[in-house]
Amino acid sequence: MNKPIISLSPHVHGGDSVQKNMYGVCIALLPALLASFYFFGLGAVVVMLTSVCACVFFEWAITKYILKSERLTIADGSAILTGLLLGFNLPSNLPIWIIVLGALFAIGVGKMTFGGLGQNIFNPALAGRVFLLFSFPVQMTTWPDNFNDAIDGASGATPLSLMQKAILEKDASILNDLPSSFEMFLGQTEGSMGEVSALLLMIGCAYMLWRKIITWHIPVSIVATVLVFAGLLHLANPIYANPLQVVFSGGLMLGACFMATDYVTSPMSHRGQLVYGVAIGLLTVIIRNWGAYPEGMSFAIIIMNAFTPLINTYFKPKRFGEVIKK
Amino acid sequence: MNNIKVFLNGLIKENPTFVLLLGMCPTLGTTSSAFNGMSMGLATMAVLVFSNFIIALIKNLIPDMVRIPSYIVVIASLVTILQMLIKAYAPAVDASLGLFIPLIVVNCIILGRAEAFAAKNGAIPSIFDGLGIGLGFTWALTLLGACREILGTGKVFGLTLFPEQYGALLFVLAPGAFIVLGYLIAIFNKLKKA
Amino acid sequence: MKKLESTLPNMVIVLTSIAVIAGLALGYVNSVTAGPIEQIKAQQLSDGIKAVLNADEVKVEAPDTLESGAVLYRTDKGVAVQATDPNGFGGKLTVLVGFDNEGTIQGYQILETSETPGLGAKADQWFQKGQKGDIIGMSPVRNNMTVSKDGGEVDAITASTITSRAFLRCVNSAYEALNTQKEDAQTGATVQHNEEKEVTNE
Repeated sequence: MNKPIISLSPHVHGGDSVQKNMYGVCIALLPALLASFYFFGLGAVVVMLTSVCACVFFEWAITKYILKSERLTIADGSAILTGLLLGFNLPSNLPIWIIVLGALFAIGVGKMTFGGLGQNIFNPALAGRVFLLFSFPVQMTTWPDNFNDAIDGASGATPLSLMQKAILEKDASILNDLPSSFEMFLGQTEGSMGEVSALLLMIGCAYMLWRKIITWHIPVSIVATVLVFAGLLHLANPIYANPLQVVFSGGLMLGACFMATDYVTSPMSHRGQLVYGVAIGLLTVIIRNWGAYPEGMSFAIIIMNAFTPLINTYFKPKRFGEVIKK
Repeated sequence: MNNIKVFLNGLIKENPTFVLLLGMCPTLGTTSSAFNGMSMGLATMAVLVFSNFIIALIKNLIPDMVRIPSYIVVIASLVTILQMLIKAYAPAVDASLGLFIPLIVVNCIILGRAEAFAAKNGAIPSIFDGLGIGLGFTWALTLLGACREILGTGKVFGLTLFPEQYGALLFVLAPGAFIVLGYLIAIFNKLKKA
Repeated sequence: MKKLESTLPNMVIVLTSIAVIAGLALGYVNSVTAGPIEQIKAQQLSDGIKAVLNADEVKVEAPDTLESGAVLYRTDKGVAVQATDPNGFGGKLTVLVGFDNEGTIQGYQILETSETPGLGAKADQWFQKGQKGDIIGMSPVRNNMTVSKDGGEVDAITASTITSRAFLRCVNSAYEALNTQKEDAQTGATVQHNEEKEVTNE
């Protein structure tokens, strides 16, 4: 690392560090984590443990044996967080070997190939999830029944696939099978582990905002864009689902609060973050409604991750003390 | 120049796939299995050897200003002839690669070698250059195809290494081509340095 | 030998003669390979028809191409219909379906596909006899030939509903093509069937 060049003293250390922020995010995920354990039982615990342990193990093994780095980075908490987020993106009945492969891809390909934390272009947990979704589509889209099943669990139809089916068949009555938006908000829908409860994810998000781990720009711009876009579609044609149901379903909350806000892969300036958030919102609705896959959140974030360097070029934060040209 | 040296040059030092990064479209598009990669490599090699040979023979007859159109006519004719021959005598290859054979025309390896080698050297060294570069392309594509096939389906050349359901499908799909190619280039560079 | 100068006459003469020579070479190879290519195509077609009609030997009459794009190959053992659906997961899907004289499916073969390997591409096995999505022996007259998700009787390929739907649309439109042809010869009874079928398809 280069020695930072800084201005004249005095300086006060803000007390911020990679560890502090990473563990802060982990704490924010706790309510949703406990809820997923409650909803999905032992399977969820096994998936989470495997995912976190595998991520930490691969981070350690790769830094030590392939990069041969002196400084081991597993204590900074980023691998634990990747493991947690990856776990949240998986169905709770996924075979263990698939989880381990996902962790290997997330850490090995998604992160360490690019040079480790801070260098990665894509959010590692999402890279792992998308890898698994393409590689093992059958296992990744077979969800177990939830404890309080609002819809017919046997067919494994999630709210998202119902929404897409309604559009495909131009039949608004299919949407009557959806749980109400309030039920979805509380967390009584099927899906991956982190998709269950919008409320608990929002509590975690509020905690991160309060601790100033993240700013409001990305989550708010994503959710607002989805609300407006899905709302307009719903008004134009009732085969498109109610915007509240759209926002509370699938991985949208998890993505907006925890995945899109990843420091490394999101733009630095606030204006850039707004552009990034709006684009994610638009892409998510487009992919969900007209794409081949029912869920578009992870693809939208990955796509915008790739655009982040470009956004950073065009939306630079104002330099302090910069003279405004007259 | 020594013909053997010219031949070996294309295999490793100027390997079209791992070093020159030429002809990426067929490299990424046709390597979903080792057999497909190998067929594509051999088909390209056949065109390359003949185009190098013909262009080296007629290079002095071609005025400089029309050399690219002339080369393209020669290459396109060779590819079309090859396609007709494959359709007539190797229908199995046609079934899996039919779509990609016409694309050999725009493979920049062929035009690149015509410009960089055949236009400056005699007919015999040009044949060796075509063979070397063509074999370099073939082994690279076969290796890439084999890696993707093994990772994706657990099979290679019809030999089953592990049950298919353990294969990660991503590697058979387009993104897998980019990922595997990236790692192979990295490993190739590492080995070349050592 | 010295290189030719880039004068206009030189360029015209050289380009023209290269093009003429290339054209002659192509023409010659084409005349040599045209025969074998035709043979292989005919061979593949008759193999396909034999396979989907489950017969060792068939007599094929001249094919009929309908307005819908479907192609009918009438034989002494039944009819093989080639139908296409543009909306597969990866693009166009063309299937050859064999019906016996009662309209029961004898077999099928995927002729053209760009479905995902390992997923939709499984369609060439999935719907065969004894497999999970077995459609052999079914008939669009008696059976509701849509995927079970849409209330039909066929199990879709796991994680490839879109491919399965496209495939079954091919099968149904192949049957429709068969029926439109029959109309000419028979009474309106078949037409009735046809309309009912369309309703369930929607």
